[in-house]
Amino acid sequence: MSLIEVRDMKVRYGGIEALKGVSFDVEEGSIVTLIGANGAGKSTTLKTIAGLVKPVEGTITYNGEDITGLEPQKLVSKGIVLVPEGRRVFGNLSVYENLRIGAYLIKDKAQIEAQLEHVYDLFPRLKERSWQLAGTLSGGEQQMLAVGRALMAQPKVIMMDEPSLGLAPIIVRGIFDIIKKINEEGTTVLLIEQNANAALRVAHHGYVMETGNVTMEGTGQALLNDTRVREAYLGKAK
Amino acid sequence: MDFIVANLPYLLTGISVGGQYALIAIGYTMVYGILRLINFAHGDLFMIAGFIMVYASASLPLYISLPLVIILTVVLGVLIERVAYKPLRSAPRMSVMISAIGVSYLLQNFAWYVTGGLAKIYPEIPWISDSVQIGPVSTSRITIITPILTIVLIIALVVLIKRTKIGMAMRAVSRDFETSQLMGININRVISTTFIIGSFLAAIGSILYFSRYTTVTPTIGAMPGLKAFVAAVFGGIGSIPGAVIGAFIIGICENIIKALGYTTFSDAFTFALLIVILIFKPTGLFGEKESEKV
Ligand SMILES: Nc1ncnc2c1ncn2[C@@H]1O[C@H](COP(=O)(O)OP(=O)(O)O)[C@@H](O)[C@H]1O
Ligand SMILES: [Mg+2]
Repeated sequence: MSLIEVRDMKVRYGGIEALKGVSFDVEEGSIVTLIGANGAGKSTTLKTIAGLVKPVEGTITYNGEDITGLEPQKLVSKGIVLVPEGRRVFGNLSVYENLRIGAYLIKDKAQIEAQLEHVYDLFPRLKERSWQLAGTLSGGEQQMLAVGRALMAQPKVIMMDEPSLGLAPIIVRGIFDIIKKINEEGTTVLLIEQNANAALRVAHHGYVMETGNVTMEGTGQALLNDTRVREAYLGKAK
Repeated sequence: MDFIVANLPYLLTGISVGGQYALIAIGYTMVYGILRLINFAHGDLFMIAGFIMVYASASLPLYISLPLVIILTVVLGVLIERVAYKPLRSAPRMSVMISAIGVSYLLQNFAWYVTGGLAKIYPEIPWISDSVQIGPVSTSRITIITPILTIVLIIALVVLIKRTKIGMAMRAVSRDFETSQLMGININRVISTTFIIGSFLAAIGSILYFSRYTTVTPTIGAMPGLKAFVAAVFGGIGSIPGAVIGAFIIGICENIIKALGYTTFSDAFTFALLIVILIFKPTGLFGEKESEKV
């Protein structure tokens, strides 16, 4: 049994069928990536797991428990957390408050403090800027904050929607290092990326999505070497 | 000096009325801040609070009827949100606005039905209606209490919003519903809290307002409601300090205009002000640029 099992998930936005029956597994302790072109349904997949979108069909199980259609706050309390596309930090809150709000459901003060220290260790920059309004941070800092905020919930699974989007290459490298580090600390990672190359390099397992379907899967390395993947997503004809 | 002494009662009244507008304006501005909704029913909630007091005090002592007014007004405010706005959470904004106008008419017509359209005399609340002497001027105690109470309540509200967990959640929800949900925030609870606060302040505002104006009619919510709304727009809708400053400015200006002998134009002033703001600074004094929710 995998930690997360998605089976035949269908999602509709009005008349448009955005997911046409998606199935995949996320093993506990692994990094899994979904790659695919714009509009393939990657974000929708994560939003559905996070409870923001309700599937019309299909099931999602977590630790063997059916979690299909639960409210987002239920899922957060179970340890499933999403870092949304475009960072979406609360620009009107300070960096510190953004982190505190990530731990919204955690009652134990000592636990929150310890987690805060941990996040500040991962991102010393956030500690320096803790009283600054999040809206005034640079794009890279906002992404760190978005990840740090998600970590404050002490997730078992962290889902990230295009964390490298629009960031300078050096910052992107930093983000991928952090993803590896978070994973080594025992958190399962489900990652969406346009930057398929970097994503497949860190991922244990990958799935390729096309227009609402999963069309290929394999280990990160296998997909990196696959001709079709190379042509379609890595921009390397061979 | 003589001029000031002669006009001091108007100034005091202006400050006091400004405080009453402020208590109503906060309800408009907070609901707008969270739902991007102009809650047209808010002025009518204020009117209903007046009638609740009229009927409650007829058979109950003040120490029961006063808290009862506050509790029932809060319950009604939250109920309106649940029944008329919550089901429309993902509907276009215009639908919610129309629903708010519907609730406004519903409350007015309900009041007509119950009262038969007759003005009701608001009960006199001892002590706060007593007259006091300030220097050369004699005025009612309520004139003095209103601005003080208003300021105390506003400070408490600001502390709540800036320093507590629910306040932090309110600020987060006002910025981004979806991401707030991803933090584990129950947005419906936060929205209800906003309506509780807005209705609570409107109930206090109504007690202070009607103690001075003494009669309640089904349409009486319209004028103070509109003025409080203009105050909120003037201050920059969504901004609490903006709404408060706007309310005091409108209250004071209105009464200065009366002091100058142009009583007929005192209401017109408020609406002229609205037009001027909408033309020259639509975001108001402290309003942020429309940050459309994604
Ligand atoms: N809120 C929405 N309303 C309507 N259609 C949507 C919405 N979100 C996504 N879609 C559509 O669903 C499809 C999948 O989108 P998305 O999951 O964002 O893809 P990806 O993240 O892979 O780029 C696209 O055709 C997109 O236009
Ligand atoms: Mg996407």
